[in-house]
Amino acid sequence: MKTGKKVTLFAAVAALSLSLAGCSGAGDAAEAGGSDDGEITIALVSKGFQHQFWQAVKQGAEQRAEELGVTVTFDGPAAETEIDGQLQMLQAAIDKKPDAIGFAALDPEACIPLYENAEAAGIPVVEFDAGCSSDYGQAIAKTDSLGAGALAADRMAELIGGEGEVAIVGHSQINSTGVERRDGFIDRIESEYPDIEIVDTQYGDGDHLKSADIAKTMIQAHPDLKGIYGTNEGSAIGVVNAVGELGLGEDELTIVGFDSGQAQLDAISDGTMAGAITQNPIGIGEEVVQAAYDIINGDTPEEVIDTGYFWYDAANIEDEEIAAVLYK
Amino acid sequence: MNASPVLEGNPKTDQPVSGRSDNALTFLRAKLQQSLAFGTLIVLVIFFSIASENFFQWSNISSILLATAVIGILALGTTFVIITGGIDLSIGTGMTLAAVMTGIFLVNMQLPLLVGVIGGLLTGALMGFINGVNIAILKLPPFIATLAMMMIAQGLALVISGVRPIYFSGVDGFKDIALGTLIPGLPNAVLILFILAIVAYLLLSKTLFGRYTFAIGSNEEATRLSGVNTRKWLIVVYTVAGLFTGFAGVVIASRLDSAQPQIGMGYELQAIAAVIIGGTSLLGGRGSIMGTVIGALIMSVLINGLRIMSIQTEWQNVVVGVVILIAVFTDTLRQRRSAS
Repeated sequence: MKTGKKVTLFAAVAALSLSLAGCSGAGDAAEAGGSDDGEITIALVSKGFQHQFWQAVKQGAEQRAEELGVTVTFDGPAAETEIDGQLQMLQAAIDKKPDAIGFAALDPEACIPLYENAEAAGIPVVEFDAGCSSDYGQAIAKTDSLGAGALAADRMAELIGGEGEVAIVGHSQINSTGVERRDGFIDRIESEYPDIEIVDTQYGDGDHLKSADIAKTMIQAHPDLKGIYGTNEGSAIGVVNAVGELGLGEDELTIVGFDSGQAQLDAISDGTMAGAITQNPIGIGEEVVQAAYDIINGDTPEEVIDTGYFWYDAANIEDEEIAAVLYK
Repeated sequence: MNASPVLEGNPKTDQPVSGRSDNALTFLRAKLQQSLAFGTLIVLVIFFSIASENFFQWSNISSILLATAVIGILALGTTFVIITGGIDLSIGTGMTLAAVMTGIFLVNMQLPLLVGVIGGLLTGALMGFINGVNIAILKLPPFIATLAMMMIAQGLALVISGVRPIYFSGVDGFKDIALGTLIPGLPNAVLILFILAIVAYLLLSKTLFGRYTFAIGSNEEATRLSGVNTRKWLIVVYTVAGLFTGFAGVVIASRLDSAQPQIGMGYELQAIAAVIIGGTSLLGGRGSIMGTVIGALIMSVLINGLRIMSIQTEWQNVVVGVVILIAVFTDTLRQRRSAS
């Protein structure tokens, strides 16, 4: 009986490892050739891939990889709530034994044990967008989200004349970008602009439809509302849609957005949206690959690589510096 | 066993096969559930009107109705499925796939507006048809069959769109499908919801299809033994649900003026919740379109009201969850009472 069970278990494990080996064929090949012919593989595990932002990060990563002559893989869960799914992808990446891993943490704590696995396997880990609370991550390329939120607050204050009611349509009360973009905004308003009141903060998960319904309710509940800040693309476009559906004029509500995307660029060009904060997603992709490359070659990249953020509006949307970091 | 097809209008199949239960009593019970749901809706409206002066205004009522449109249309279609004792989890992402396909037809292929919209509707109907075949012919449990379809639709929506939103800005008249106002002050999406509700009501209560839907839900085996081709009718039920999914896809795409391939997950649960709050039994055999419409309105009035009162998003979810629990609990309580 006992041996029978063991045999079954062994067979199962063997079958599993065979199938895993089958899946990770490319990774093994890279590892085998890694030290000999110099082909380097960097596995990136992102927070997602559906959002245009992550597509831009991927684009930057692939650009830099081509320049450096390395191979990158890009993977991410279907939704930014799938913390568990992301960890499985990270483990799969470790199992493939790439030369380095780039990781954007959906949850800063859940990833710690996997970082230990990576350390045990001798694979260096760099991070992008959001880090893990482990010491093993050796560099991070990201936007200073608190600073970006504060810049949004400054612009909002300027646009509404330093007084009145504003509200926030957030995209997450959990993940770090959602929290920091909100807190950066709130802290700056509270410390610098005593005549501005933040009357409401609600979360639409970055879903355009939900965010539109939220914004309409806010406008309904606060007839004197002067401005709404949307903390990501879906949130900001939701606010734009709400204003369109209610038939409000340009001057009746000031909308400040975040990130880009075709709809947001259009809204800014036609004046529906006052302006938005853009990060540099292509830069994030480039820098994380560069940092991984440096570590593989024995160099030490900066611990925190701030890829920057910018305010853009109808006036500077065409500028070369801005146009380069916007995506459609 | 009689293999010959049932005669249309056969008096035996005029009523659900539930048998012993008194028809008048069934009717009364259904009315009671509806009036209970309707009463809840009225109480909520009165409560929020007192809580916030900004609630009971036409602009807000119009917002609430518009917010009900997409979930409401999904809920209408899935009412048929739930009455047969099944479930359809694929309606949320199926809606998204229908929206993406509408985008492909209208933007990428530049087809005429009507053709593109019909294409979007048929996308939904096709998914429903496949669900129906998997459930009726291949005998997959509805939960599993539609769970798989939910994932397939989500994946296909991403693949086909290239993980990018499709914008309809160049398509004349598309946005008016949902946001035009044939009746001044009332967005067309709301009109579509009400028209579809009337169509669904007629289908369910005035046609043979409706009677078989109830009969399958009451007792599929008995229905089959009485000569009804239950496989065929189950496929029709899921196809109809898919068609409504297609309508929801066109409406959401029109309202957002774009097909957003990443959304849709979770919409199916809201739609199912609306159906259940409206008194349709998850066990099958019992339900109504009127109830579903009221259930969908209860959901959106509740969410709108809580938002107007600036209740935190986290608490909104708790309140909606509690309302669903209460709705299902009162329903089972009444069933138990009528059974004893």
